[in-house]
Amino acid sequence: MRRALTWFLLLAAWLAGAPLAASELIMVRSTQSFPETMLAVQKAISDHGYTVSRVQRVDVGLTASGYETDRYRVVFFGRAEEVQAITERHPEMIPYLPWKIVLFAEEEETLMVTYDPESFSAFFPDEALARTFATWREDIHHILEQVLHAE
Amino acid sequence: MRRRAPGWFVAWLLPSLLAVSPLWGQAAPGGEQLYTRNCAACHGSDGRGGVGVPLALEDFLANVPDSYLFATIRHGRPGRVMPAFDRLNDSEVQAIVDYIRDFGPPAPELSTAAVNGDPRRGEALFATHCASCHGARGEGSPGTGVTFSRPRDLPILAPALNNPGFLKAATDAMIRRTLIQGREGTPMPSVTDLGLEERDIDDIVSFVRSFEDRPPPVTAIRLEADSPVLMYTSSHDFETTLENVKRAAAGMNFRIIREQYLDEGMVEPGRENPQQQMIYFCNFQQINEALAIDPRVGLFMPCRVTVVERDGVVQVMSINPKYLSPLFNNSYLNQLCDEMYAFYRDILEEATL
Repeated sequence: MRRALTWFLLLAAWLAGAPLAASELIMVRSTQSFPETMLAVQKAISDHGYTVSRVQRVDVGLTASGYETDRYRVVFFGRAEEVQAITERHPEMIPYLPWKIVLFAEEEETLMVTYDPESFSAFFPDEALARTFATWREDIHHILEQVLHAE
Repeated sequence: MRRRAPGWFVAWLLPSLLAVSPLWGQAAPGGEQLYTRNCAACHGSDGRGGVGVPLALEDFLANVPDSYLFATIRHGRPGRVMPAFDRLNDSEVQAIVDYIRDFGPPAPELSTAAVNGDPRRGEALFATHCASCHGARGEGSPGTGVTFSRPRDLPILAPALNNPGFLKAATDAMIRRTLIQGREGTPMPSVTDLGLEERDIDDIVSFVRSFEDRPPPVTAIRLEADSPVLMYTSSHDFETTLENVKRAAAGMNFRIIREQYLDEGMVEPGRENPQQQMIYFCNFQQINEALAIDPRVGLFMPCRVTVVERDGVVQVMSINPKYLSPLFNNSYLNQLCDEMYAFYRDILEEATL
């Protein structure tokens, strides 16, 4: 009975947490304008317990250099204690931290794209890190869903 | 004594799970929902295109059978941005096809028989009439489908006809029909307007089909890399290494745009770890060119090298663009990623030696 219950609980946990199908980039389209989406992304990041550490205004740099572009930003975010723990244990992850979401305007709509954290699992065979990647993946989906529902 | 699972516990848990699980407790997603979740980001909510090609083109939908849409979703276009949706089941793929079909006219009835033309003669005709857009070997134009965020000469890029995904999805009859009809709303003309006749068209179709007998095109090849990071140990102290990184990047025509601690902005000012410092640098011409190839490459931006000191050892590290390139399924990024890899490697070597 105990074994059956264990299997049931494992199945249940998997079903409850079943993420969307894995892919290497996570990309969604908001029908909101760029400024509204930028605000919604930053709020959703904060609502999920992460801190926006910086916004890189790629479009500003490009236009200042004479190139034509629509609005294009990179939002960096993370949890300080999580970033600190990972950099201690897996310094090879440092170049990917803090995590980022790219936003760019397509006329009146806005696209958001980020890496699927689980794409990196194969390279870092560490159970604790795999759990962190899974959590980030789920949080990213929730953040992006919140942005889409803010429409 | 063995314990038994209390009945009340299971009775409570099961309905809770049904309510929480995205798989249970609600109807299976329909075509619209599946399209929104899987396709709209690239092809647009209304199918008019974006990073992906427009689907809501009357002339496109009038000339492609459902089997073409189905196989395209299932197999994607290796190296040409469109991924293979191999995690969707057949009924989900069909639901998406049905939804796309609502954007325009019904599917044509097309033969699945092979066209019997002369591929050698077709090669010459292809070179004269098709290669200027589709490339000499059918490799298509570089870049993604359509982008509204940046200026571009053409509204839509010519597809890669030698792509294994295209060849698997398209029947000879479909290619033939497209050649005859052209595609309104795109630069693709009807070849009958160019003076070609039935036999010429069959020969071109046979030439396109002959791409299947060749090795996979370069555009379908993914870069291979062992590690997602490039990491070097410096023979200098932390400060000297930082200055070396900046000098090396500037020497390769990058502009240093920012220096900051890794945890800056996440912790209170003054509490940052000063032994983890990032140097950001840009070459805006290179960024502009990269964005024209794929607007998603902001994920590489800005260029960055991080200098870290731990236990007296100074390490310098960056992303490995060659590792990341396959994530985009855009082979036209391969060259760019190769170049970026070389820049990073040279900067790291110069800064640490």
